[in-house]
Amino acid sequence: MLTFTQQMARNWGNVRGGNADMTGMAGAPPLISARGISKSFGGVEVLRNVDLDLTPGEVHALLGENGAGKSTFAKILAGVHRPTRGTISLSGKLVDILSPIGAQRFGITLIHQEPISFPDLSVAENLVIGRAGGKPLGRVRWAELAQDARRLMSLLDVPIDVTLPMRGLSIADQQMVEIARALASDSRLIIMDEPTAALTPKEVETLFGIVRRLRDEGRTIVFISHRLEEVRAICDRVTVFRDGEKIDTAATETLSDADIIRRMIGRPLNDYLHRGTSHVGAVALAVRNLSLPGRFEDISFEVRKGEIVGLGGLVGAGRTDVARAIFGVAPAASGDILVDGNRVVISQPTDAIALGIAFVPEDRAVAGIFRSLSVESNITAAVLGKIARGGVVRRTAERALARQSVERLRIRLASLRQPIGELSGGNQQKAILARWLLADPQILILDEPTRGIDIGVKAEFYDMIGDLAADGRAILLISSELPELLALSDRVLVMSEGRLTADIPRAAASQEAIMHAAVPRASRAGLGA
Amino acid sequence: MSAIGSPVAPAVAREAATARPRWQIILIRPETVTLLLLIVATIVASRLSPFFADLGFILESSTYYIELAIVALMATLVIISGEIDLSPAAQMALSACLFGTAHRAGLPMWLAMGVSLLSGLAMGALNGLFVTVLRLPSIIVTIGTLIFYRGLAQVLAGDKSIGSFPSWFVGIDYRMVGIVPVPVLIFVVASVGLGLFLGVTVIGRQIYQIGTSEIAAVHAGIRVRRIKMGLFLASGLVSSLAGLMATSRLGSVRYDLASGGELTMVLIVMLGGTYIFGGRGSILGTFLAAWLLVIIATGMTVANIAINAQLTVMGLLLIASIIATNAIYARSQR
Amino acid sequence: MMRPIRRILQAREAGIIVMLVIFSLAVGAIAPRFLTAETLGIVLLAVPLIMVAAMGEMMVLVARHVDLSIGSILGFSAIAAGMIFRDHPELPLVVGCGVAMLLGGALGAFNGLIVTVFRLPSIIVTLGTLSLYRGLLFILSGARQIDPNDIPEPLIRMAQTSPIGIPWVVIIAFAVALATWLFLTHSQIGRQIYAIGSNPVAAPLRGIRVVPVTILVFTLSGALAGLAGIIYAARFGYVNPGITGVGFEFTVIAAVVIGGVSVNGGVGTVLGTVMGVLFLGAVQVALPILGVSGFWQNAIYGGIILIALIIDRTVRQGGLHGLLARGGA
Repeated sequence: MLTFTQQMARNWGNVRGGNADMTGMAGAPPLISARGISKSFGGVEVLRNVDLDLTPGEVHALLGENGAGKSTFAKILAGVHRPTRGTISLSGKLVDILSPIGAQRFGITLIHQEPISFPDLSVAENLVIGRAGGKPLGRVRWAELAQDARRLMSLLDVPIDVTLPMRGLSIADQQMVEIARALASDSRLIIMDEPTAALTPKEVETLFGIVRRLRDEGRTIVFISHRLEEVRAICDRVTVFRDGEKIDTAATETLSDADIIRRMIGRPLNDYLHRGTSHVGAVALAVRNLSLPGRFEDISFEVRKGEIVGLGGLVGAGRTDVARAIFGVAPAASGDILVDGNRVVISQPTDAIALGIAFVPEDRAVAGIFRSLSVESNITAAVLGKIARGGVVRRTAERALARQSVERLRIRLASLRQPIGELSGGNQQKAILARWLLADPQILILDEPTRGIDIGVKAEFYDMIGDLAADGRAILLISSELPELLALSDRVLVMSEGRLTADIPRAAASQEAIMHAAVPRASRAGLGA
Repeated sequence: MSAIGSPVAPAVAREAATARPRWQIILIRPETVTLLLLIVATIVASRLSPFFADLGFILESSTYYIELAIVALMATLVIISGEIDLSPAAQMALSACLFGTAHRAGLPMWLAMGVSLLSGLAMGALNGLFVTVLRLPSIIVTIGTLIFYRGLAQVLAGDKSIGSFPSWFVGIDYRMVGIVPVPVLIFVVASVGLGLFLGVTVIGRQIYQIGTSEIAAVHAGIRVRRIKMGLFLASGLVSSLAGLMATSRLGSVRYDLASGGELTMVLIVMLGGTYIFGGRGSILGTFLAAWLLVIIATGMTVANIAINAQLTVMGLLLIASIIATNAIYARSQR
Repeated sequence: MMRPIRRILQAREAGIIVMLVIFSLAVGAIAPRFLTAETLGIVLLAVPLIMVAAMGEMMVLVARHVDLSIGSILGFSAIAAGMIFRDHPELPLVVGCGVAMLLGGALGAFNGLIVTVFRLPSIIVTLGTLSLYRGLLFILSGARQIDPNDIPEPLIRMAQTSPIGIPWVVIIAFAVALATWLFLTHSQIGRQIYAIGSNPVAAPLRGIRVVPVTILVFTLSGALAGLAGIIYAARFGYVNPGITGVGFEFTVIAAVVIGGVSVNGGVGTVLGTVMGVLFLGAVQVALPILGVSGFWQNAIYGGIILIALIIDRTVRQGGLHGLLARGGA
C-alpha cells in the first residue's frame, strides 16, 4: 500500500515524465468526447444535444448566461447528474459516469463554487479522507500526513497551516484545498466552477499559475466563469452555451469580448415586444444606502407605483439578498427603507407584510410551497388571519378565495384539496403568486418568477405581471433572463458583486448593456459598446 | 396587452396528477390503522378476559394512563410543529412536588395549585427560550431539562412522599359522571378542544405549515418563534395540570411521579400516526392511540404480565410504530 | 510529532480542566477534607463505571447521534453475566465478562441497524430500545436480583485492589479511554466517525461508507455499556433488574457534554470526555462533603447539560453577541 507521498510522486511523476506527447492541443486525441448530451429536469429541458471535445493539455472555458446549461453540463461530466440522452467517451472509450465517486475514478474532479468539506476536521485530513484507494481499516500516520499535506500545499504555493480545522479557513483557502485534493487523486480533468469569485487578485494569480502548470502537465482544466478578462488570460479555448445548447467553440484569441457576449445572448430581435406604456405614479418603495457586509453594499433605488423595475445581474451578485433584506428575512445591517416616503423598520417578514410588501422567493421548493399540504391552504397561507373570525378559519371564504385565484391565474389542478407537490412547477409558481396577490400588496418583489417554467406558462406570467403594474402596484422584478427583463421593465437596474452598477431606462436598455453592467468589474474595462 | 407574441404552449404531459378520490383521502391514513388496531386489540382483550367487554372496566382502568394521555395531546402539537419535548413527565413531577411542598408549608390549596400551574409555565418558558431564542435543537434541550426538572423534584421531595391533602382533592379518579371517571372526561374535553384548535383555527393550520417547512412558513409571514414558544408554554401548563391530576389520584406525590412517562407519552403520539419529522398528525390519532394503549397495557396486566416486562412490549411498539408511520409518509413524500 | 487539530484541543479541553481545578479549589476552601489523596481515591473509584460508558456515548455523539439505551444495556449485560456467575460458577470469570460485552455489542448493533436501515432519528429509536431492553432483562432474570454471594470474589476484588494498589477497574477504565483515543485519532475509521458527524451530507460523497461505520459506533457503545455492567457488578456487588443502570444514560450524557463533545457532531476529544467524567465524579464526591444532600445530584447534572449547550452554541456562533443577535423570523 503506497504512502501518501509515494502516491503523489507517482501521480506527478507519471504525468511529467511519461506523457510529454500529450501536451499541446493541436492534433491530440480528445480526452473527453461528449455527443448529443441532453438533460431534462422534471419535463423541463435544460440541455439539448451538446457535442463537445476536450483535449488533454488545455484550459477550456464554458461561458453562458445563468441557466444556459454550462453548469449542468459540467455536473454531468462530474457525475453529479446523469444525462437524459447522449454519450461520453474517455480517450475514445465509451464510459458511464454514475456518481461523483465514479467520476473521480475516471480522473474527473469538480471543484464547487462553495467547497464541500468536513469543517471540524483538519485541512490535512480533508485532503485525504475518502480518497479512492484509501483503506478504511488502515492506520493514520499523522506525521507523514501532515508532512505530505504541507508539501502539497506548498506546491500550490499556499501558506495554509494544515493542522487547522477547515472551519476556520477562508473560502479562498478552502478552494485551494479542494484543488490540492484534485491533484492528490491524479485528476486528468479538473472542472472549476466560478473559482475566482471569492479570490483577491493575488490569489487569482496564484491560481492561474497552478492552472498553467497543470495544463503543461497534460491535464485539462474546464473553467466556468463570467469574468471575460480572466478567461482571456488563462483559457485556450472557449465554448459558449445559450438556452441549453452549445453555440460555438473557438480559440479564445479568435474572439473579441463583443463576439463572445453576442454569442451568449444573441437572439433575433423580434422575440421580445415591450408592454404598452405604463402610467407611473409616486414612489412606493425607496431604499437608501442599504448594506449588508459580505452580501451587498450601498444599494439605493426607487420603485414607483405602476412601475416595473427590473433587477438584473449574475448569480451571486446579491440581488436576492437585497430582496430578503427588504422583506425582512435577513435584514440589512445599515441603510434605510422608505415606504410611501416614510422611513420604516423591517426586522421580520410580518413587518414587511403589514407595510404592503410581498415577496415571491426564487426557490419555491424550499422557501415557497408547503409540499404536502393542499393547494388551497398554500394559496391562502398569507391571508389566513384576515379571512378568519375570532381566530377560526372560515372554510367557505377560504374556498372561495382559492377558487377565485385558480380561475384568475388559470392554475391547472385536479382539485383544490390535492397536495401542492403534485402540481407542475408552473402551477406551483402560480399558486405562490396567488398567495401574495391575495395579500393585495402595494409593493411586489418577484425573484426569478418564471424559472423552470414552460414557455407557454411564461407568457401567462408576463401578462399577469403587466396587469399587476397597470393596477398601480410597484414591482421589483429580479430575473436572469434578459429578454424577460427587457420585455417587462420600465427601468433595468443591474447589480454586480454586491453593488448597483447601472440604472438603465427602457429606451436605452439592451441585452448588451445589461450584460456589460452585470459582468464583474475587472472585465468591464476591456469591453466595447 | 400581451407582451410576447402568441404563445403556443407545447402540450405538457400532465399539468397535475389526478387527485385521489375523496373516500381514499379520508380512509387511507395512519389514524385508520390506529382505529383498526384498537378494534383488534379490544376483541383480543375481551377474549382474554370478560372484563374487557365492560366499558366501565375499561374506563376505570384507563385512569392510570390518562394523565400521560393528556400530556401526549400537547406533545402531538409540539411534534407536528417540527420540535420535540421529552420533559413533560419530569415537569409533572416537579410541579406536583412544588404543589405538595407549598401545601405542606401551609399555603391554601388554591394558592398551592396556582404555584404549581405557574411553575409549569415557567418550565415551558425555559424550554421555549432554549429552542426559539438560542436556537438549540429541542431534542437535546428537553433531555437536559428533563434531567434538571426531575433533579429539582428530587431536591424538593427527597425520597419521601408528600401527602395529607384534603379529602376533596384526593381521589379524582373515583369521581364519576355517569360511568365516566372525571379524569377521562377531562381527557375527552381536552381532546375535543385541542382537536378543534388544531383543525379549525388559524394557528392550528400554521402549526402544520411550520412543521412542513419552517423556511416557507417564515417567508409566508407566519410568526414561527411566537407559535413555538406558545406551544412550549402550553405544554408546561398542561403538564402541571396533569401533575395535579396524578397527585389527586395517588393521594400523595413523590419525586418519581410519572417516571418513565417519556416513553409512554411518545409511544401514544407515535401510535397515533404523527410523523416524527413534523407536518403531519392529528389529535384524533393520539386520542385513539391512547385508548389503544390502555387496552394493551391493561390487557397485559390482566394476563399477569409483570409491569416491568410490559416495558418490552412498549419499546417494541414504539419502534414498530415509527417504522410504520415513516414508511407510510415517506412513500407519499415522493 | 505533529498532531492535527491541536488548537481546538487546547481551547475546549483547557476550559474544562480549568473548571475542574477551580471547582476543586472552591470546594477545598469550604471543606479542606476534599483535597486529600483519600478523596482522590474515592473519586477515582466512582469514575470507572461512567468512564467506560462515556467513551462509547462520546463516539455516538461525535457521529451526530444519541444513545439513550445504554443504561438498559448495562443492566441487561450485568444480569446476563450475573446469571452465568450464579448458575455456572465453574466457568472462568472471563466467560461472564465476555458474554456481557458481546450481548452489549449485539444490543448496540440492533440500535444501529434500526437507525440506519429505516433512517429514523436515533433519539426515538433508543428511547424505544431503552424500554425494550429493560423489559427483556426483566424477563431474562425472572425479576430476580443477583445477590452478593453470586458475584465471584475475584471480580469484587478487582474493584478494590490490584498489584499496584490502584483498583483494577480504574486501570481498566483508563485503558479503555486510551484505546478509544487510539481508535479515534489513529485509525481511518475513527476519523471517518468525525467526518460523518461533521458533514453527514458530504460523507457519502467522499466515499465514506456511512451505514457500516454508524452501526459500528452503536455496537461499540453497546459493548462498552456491557463492560460497564461488569464493573457495576464488581463495584456494587449485586445486580437488580429494577435499579441497575436506571437513569445511567443521563449521567453519562452529562459527562460527555460537559467534556466538550458537541451535540451537533464532529467535535470532541477523549481527553475532554475524561475530564468531564472526572468533573462529574468530583461533583458526586463533593456533595456529601459539603453537606449538600445527594438529591441535588441530578439537578446539577441537568443544569450542567444546559450550561454546556449554551457554551457550545456560543462558541459556534462566535460569542454571546452572535448568540443573541437575530435577524428576521
